[in-house]
Amino acid sequence: MTFSPQLEARFAKLLTSYPPGRQRSAMIPMLLYAQDELGRIPDELVAEVARRVGVTPLQVDEVLSYYSMLHRKALGKYHVQICTNISCLLRDGDKLWEHACKKLGIGHKEVTADGQFSLEEVECIGACSWAPAVQVNYDFHHFVTPEKLDGLLDSLRKKQ
Amino acid sequence: MLYNEPSPLETKVLSRRFGIPNSASLNTYLAFDGYQGFQKAARMKPDEIIAEVKASNLRGRGGAGFPTGMKWSFVPRTSPKPKYIVVNADESEPGTCKDRVLIENDPHQLIEGVLIAGLAVDSHTGYIYIRGEYRYLIEVMDKAIAEAYANGWLGKNIQGTGFDFDLYTHSGAGAYECGEESALLESLEGKRGIPRIRPPFPAVAGAFQCPTVLNNVETFCAVPAILRDGGAAFAALGIPKSGGTKMTCLTGHINKPGVYELKLGFPVKQMIEEVGGGIRNGKKMKAFIPGGSSCPVLTAAEVEGATMDYDSMAQRKSMLGSGGVIVMDEDTCMVKAALRIMRFYAHESCGWCIPCREGTTWLKKILQRFHDGQGTRNDINLIGDISKNMLGRTFCPLGDAAAMPTISIVEKFRHEFEDHLNGKPCPYEHASHMVTV
Repeated sequence: MTFSPQLEARFAKLLTSYPPGRQRSAMIPMLLYAQDELGRIPDELVAEVARRVGVTPLQVDEVLSYYSMLHRKALGKYHVQICTNISCLLRDGDKLWEHACKKLGIGHKEVTADGQFSLEEVECIGACSWAPAVQVNYDFHHFVTPEKLDGLLDSLRKKQ
Repeated sequence: MLYNEPSPLETKVLSRRFGIPNSASLNTYLAFDGYQGFQKAARMKPDEIIAEVKASNLRGRGGAGFPTGMKWSFVPRTSPKPKYIVVNADESEPGTCKDRVLIENDPHQLIEGVLIAGLAVDSHTGYIYIRGEYRYLIEVMDKAIAEAYANGWLGKNIQGTGFDFDLYTHSGAGAYECGEESALLESLEGKRGIPRIRPPFPAVAGAFQCPTVLNNVETFCAVPAILRDGGAAFAALGIPKSGGTKMTCLTGHINKPGVYELKLGFPVKQMIEEVGGGIRNGKKMKAFIPGGSSCPVLTAAEVEGATMDYDSMAQRKSMLGSGGVIVMDEDTCMVKAALRIMRFYAHESCGWCIPCREGTTWLKKILQRFHDGQGTRNDINLIGDISKNMLGRTFCPLGDAAAMPTISIVEKFRHEFEDHLNGKPCPYEHASHMVTV
């Protein structure tokens, strides 16, 4: 597989970050960074990462299925993650979640027909003091109200 | 940047550079006492460094509260194996968002803490395991590390001391369990985040089966000040057996939620009323969680006279934990709170131990049934029984973390479960609906 020069540089750094013979350590970060570029983790990426870190594709598959951020299926261009864990719940994170489902017309781990948005009800994302919190891809949004979420989604839709 | 206004009641040690322009840069760090602790430590013997950390009464800030100096002393320094320093930046305990601000605003403080730990245990390599969701912090950290290398604060012969140290960031990919130290080490090795049986402890066989110091971000961040100003000065900020300050995250039904650095032993009442601006909408407090959702829940009456430190919380059969304070007002449905907390643990249980995997799943189902008004009186006891059967019967503390808040909620708020019996709608919320992950 060929990747962008930036991703290849990252891979090269990762593969030399661990003690000799411990290249397997690079596997999880490699999958995550590659997923950012490809939008998902296809079979050929599993095989490629396996080859580069010196394990079997099955060993990669076994590991990636454990981690909630690693996806075999494509997400939307904007992956909207809404936290409803306890600190967000106490500040109406659950209502925000229901609002987002209605607004986008999709549910948990679903993607809109145009592929622009996907939605996920996530566990604590570490923004508890600024709840309720939302992450769109890797960007944090704090003190989110249904109105603020509408504005955010509308502005992302325009950016397409 | 800072996401909330600081409070005048804070004692700023770890957060002293927060708010200064370019606080994450090396120049700012150096201009405000940066790397002085390292300079001092580089002239000390390893045992003297560990003695200074012991004198500070610093205890692990990730949640377990284990004395840091003692943990470091367990590392066999004379072992022929390489030793590793691993930073736990997998912050994911519900209610906790302090490591985020520490890394974002002052990454060099963390680097300095790691370097001092390296000197103390003769380690020359470190890894900062950062949860995948904190991608921007990996970038902040990588930038600070590159700056440190470029200016001789990492790499070979650091500042002419003859000490070599290499530091790397490592991204997680979404798993609460990887915040548990042995699961984190498995994940660092490119495996599923499943806990290891102990002993051996990480101090003896940690990363890559080598001796390892593994601490939380905040713990390492406290170390530069301890070396710079002395362990006794840090200890004096707190109370006996609980030295220094704690990054405290106020969350929930509070007027001024935020992350505040408070002296250990800070009165809970003053923290809620003055630092946090009181309970939102003039309501009364019903329940209080001192340090993340894994801690037993306390009632408003129980926290009367309590202080934020390890002993005061232990006396009340709870824990200081991670410093993630969760405040719930009088309108909170405790059944719903218990359910949401249990849904989290059921989702995050790694599945390795049966009591945790099955226990959290069944508790989630029973609590869901209860909150939907389909519970029976017998279920109330069943929730307590299942929880107690998980306690102490799992490889790692996740099972305990799920059981402890649940047991406390059932014991202390039993009447609220009874109020949900016989198909009655939730008395605190009508038409409540919870989506199941």
